[in-house]
Amino acid sequence: MITPARLEEHGLITGIGQSAVGRKLGRSGLDLTAEAAAEAIADAGLQPTDIDGVTCFPAARSTAGFNGDVALYQVSDALGLRPRWFAGLGESAVAAPLIEALTALATGLAEHVLCWRTVTEASAQGRQSRTSTIDTSQLESSDVFLNRFTPYGAISAVTWLALRANQHVEQFGLTRTQLAQIPIVFRENAARNPKAIFRELLTLEDYLNARVISTPFCLYDCDVPVDGSTAIIVSSADVVPEPSRAVRIEAVGTGARDGFRWDRVDGLSSSQRDSAQMLWSRSALRPADIDFGVLYDGFSFITLRWLEELGFCEVGEGGDFIAGGREIRAGGTLPLNPHGGQLSAGRTHGFGLVHEAVTQLRGEALERQLEPARTAVLGIGGGPLCAAFILQACG
Amino acid sequence: LTPKVIDGGTRPLPTLTAENRPFWTNGHDDQLHLQRCSSCGYYLHPPGPICRRCSSRALHWEDVVGTGRVAAWTENHYPWTAAIPLPYLIAIVELDVQAGLSLLSQVVDCDVSQIHIGLPVRVAFDDIGEVSIPLFRPIA
Repeated sequence: MITPARLEEHGLITGIGQSAVGRKLGRSGLDLTAEAAAEAIADAGLQPTDIDGVTCFPAARSTAGFNGDVALYQVSDALGLRPRWFAGLGESAVAAPLIEALTALATGLAEHVLCWRTVTEASAQGRQSRTSTIDTSQLESSDVFLNRFTPYGAISAVTWLALRANQHVEQFGLTRTQLAQIPIVFRENAARNPKAIFRELLTLEDYLNARVISTPFCLYDCDVPVDGSTAIIVSSADVVPEPSRAVRIEAVGTGARDGFRWDRVDGLSSSQRDSAQMLWSRSALRPADIDFGVLYDGFSFITLRWLEELGFCEVGEGGDFIAGGREIRAGGTLPLNPHGGQLSAGRTHGFGLVHEAVTQLRGEALERQLEPARTAVLGIGGGPLCAAFILQACG
Repeated sequence: LTPKVIDGGTRPLPTLTAENRPFWTNGHDDQLHLQRCSSCGYYLHPPGPICRRCSSRALHWEDVVGTGRVAAWTENHYPWTAAIPLPYLIAIVELDVQAGLSLLSQVVDCDVSQIHIGLPVRVAFDDIGEVSIPLFRPIA
């Protein structure tokens, strides 16, 4: 074979799978992961024994269902996998397993890599009190940011992102009526996704009257914790069983030059910017070439920031871009999150967005299928740790 | 985090370590206690084992006037802790002593209609046992 020059040319996404996704399913993380992984392996036309690489984010030992309380080796044992290469990722970007998988394929460490992301946050949170939610006993290391923020009750990403969103309100004139379009449009999309958690239409009035969490965010600006697992298979480009259904990875982007901090003065010089810059530097494509986007919506404002940093509008103009919702609906400049995003389909934490992008690019999205859907941009994660991708249909 | 009700009237306290103890225990009046590089004079927060600017390991602690400006703020309405009455203002404060030197804190004695980016503030401490938690008030 001729060794490709670019990392991205070494691998193709060949399989996707997703477990049931729901509120308090009462199933273990291992059970959910096994369901998703088995579906992805079969979808790729492979047997479990073909999988020789495994990677997930994050690895075992995490808090409150954030990683589904499942370890990489448990999944490998349960499915009878025989990995030559494995990497449970802890400190990395949400979708970093896809980049790790490409690296393993490019260096010959594996041919078929199973990646997954499992969450059981809905069940974990159901076991907790709804108030007084700080347990300082979990804060072991000295100056992890949570330790610094604990005395102020600032332990949630909703606070850290609200601080940034409010900077946009004050500096660029972002309004709540503009921001509302992200949850409203994604809810419209969710009505066409049978797996979505919330499918009833959301009105602007509902949004403006909703319970405030941390200004400018209300309840509908925050995604919904769920139990669920999503699995992705990345295979060496040399050994793909069914190339026409595969999805190619045109470019990857990541970066964290500002470190894992949430208390900087300038929250905008974040890893979203780093990821977007690397992404476009690795592709000849430009925003005008993109058919649709799946952009992380753990909070509505993160989606707006991806639009800005990926260059679909200028920094500070995200509010104008989404106003009225026309540009982000089907037929607009950049249709977004056709499955309803994490705001309506649940916080499958980035991997659910990858799953939807692949489903659309294969033309298998049924009643929510976008046309055209040949090239997708993905912005996965937000704040200081994220990654971006351009994916393209092969068939 | 695994939520667990923290009983009692005080706010949750940081875990103290050799590295962060001077910051959390030596603030007083309007003085923050900050780590500073003895070689190049750069202030470090959060504290660390090495200067972020010049890589010197010669570091010391000193009192610094705790004035600054609000760089970002939000009014929190969610009961993350029962110890702080709702709603309350959380802010990132950029200290006057060094551009970009910032910390997350709470702005007290300030109406939401009064807070804005650039608001001048001064530190005030909530003393709880050996720990002094820096809060900020608007400078009248």
